[in-house]
Amino acid sequence: MKLLECKNITKKFDNKEILHDINLTIKPGKIIGLLGKNGQGKTTLIKLINDLLTPTSGEILVKGNKVGVETKKVISYLPERTCLDKSMKVCEIVKCYEEFYENFNSKKAYKLLKDLDLDINEKLAKMSKGMQEKVQLVLVMSRDADLYILDEPLGGVDPATRDYILDTILSNFKEGSSVIISTHLIADIERILDEIIFIDKGRIVLTSDADELRTKENCSIDEVFRRMFKC
Amino acid sequence: MEYFFDNERPIYIQLVEQLRLFIISGKLKKGDKIPSVRELASIAGVNPNTVQKALAELERDGLIYTERTNGKYVTNDEKIIKKFKITIIEEKLATFMDDMKKIGISNQEIIEYLQRK
Repeated sequence: MKLLECKNITKKFDNKEILHDINLTIKPGKIIGLLGKNGQGKTTLIKLINDLLTPTSGEILVKGNKVGVETKKVISYLPERTCLDKSMKVCEIVKCYEEFYENFNSKKAYKLLKDLDLDINEKLAKMSKGMQEKVQLVLVMSRDADLYILDEPLGGVDPATRDYILDTILSNFKEGSSVIISTHLIADIERILDEIIFIDKGRIVLTSDADELRTKENCSIDEVFRRMFKC
Repeated sequence: MEYFFDNERPIYIQLVEQLRLFIISGKLKKGDKIPSVRELASIAGVNPNTVQKALAELERDGLIYTERTNGKYVTNDEKIIKKFKITIIEEKLATFMDDMKKIGISNQEIIEYLQRK
């Protein structure tokens, strides 16, 4: 079964080609790293999958359906920048999510917030950037989705918290669902990945099973990446 | 039981090695239940599919077995555990002897050093 299919996706802004002929298939039950330097098209691809942008040409299918209202129900998306109203308290945001998403599990959200030591009566604006990112991740992981798409989930947090976040992702994604993690912090996440996708200059330049790549190149994925995209 | 991974080698192989060591050293005892794939993934901080692959390999080796619907257990067969123990000891010794050879000391000297320890 195919969970996500991108067929010949090209995206142009004005005349500039940001993504070129992207073909991609994602199966259920996988954790996939979408890896690339800054400005290579990772976020654009993610926005297309979330139907926030429209491809110039090509087609994106989620569980066989063209992206749209139905597919948004089954995708839980962590945007690169926060989309939450910072004047709201954490518990108010949870309520908001509860009303907005049918598949939101507020029990799970409260448990995770507690585990992560986050005060639900605190306003988001009063929290540090790292804490805000944790709140957002909790909300995203508390949906029973088929596909979780996390755009730079580790950006603003310290290494210890990164481990915690990876753990949260690992123990909370629904069985049989898949997770796409976009990042340039490869060393931090590579041990949890099944598959990797390298994206460069708007093209997919490599897809591979993570352990197979380590065996073949005899080094870490981080190292493969560094060699391949040396400036 | 703590798990450590580096990123240089396949994660599933490292997990196999560590679980094997837990069994040989007796940290995981004969007949002990192995945590579920999901639990183990969370404890070790790796992907559930990686855990699956590692457990499959240990099962092929006979170090663990599946009890229908009940989960996986450490083997009760002492012979298998012993066999792997010897293999590992021999591997480690070979590396050690190699290193000593590079330093340039004789087998007799190695024995003397070890006795002083």
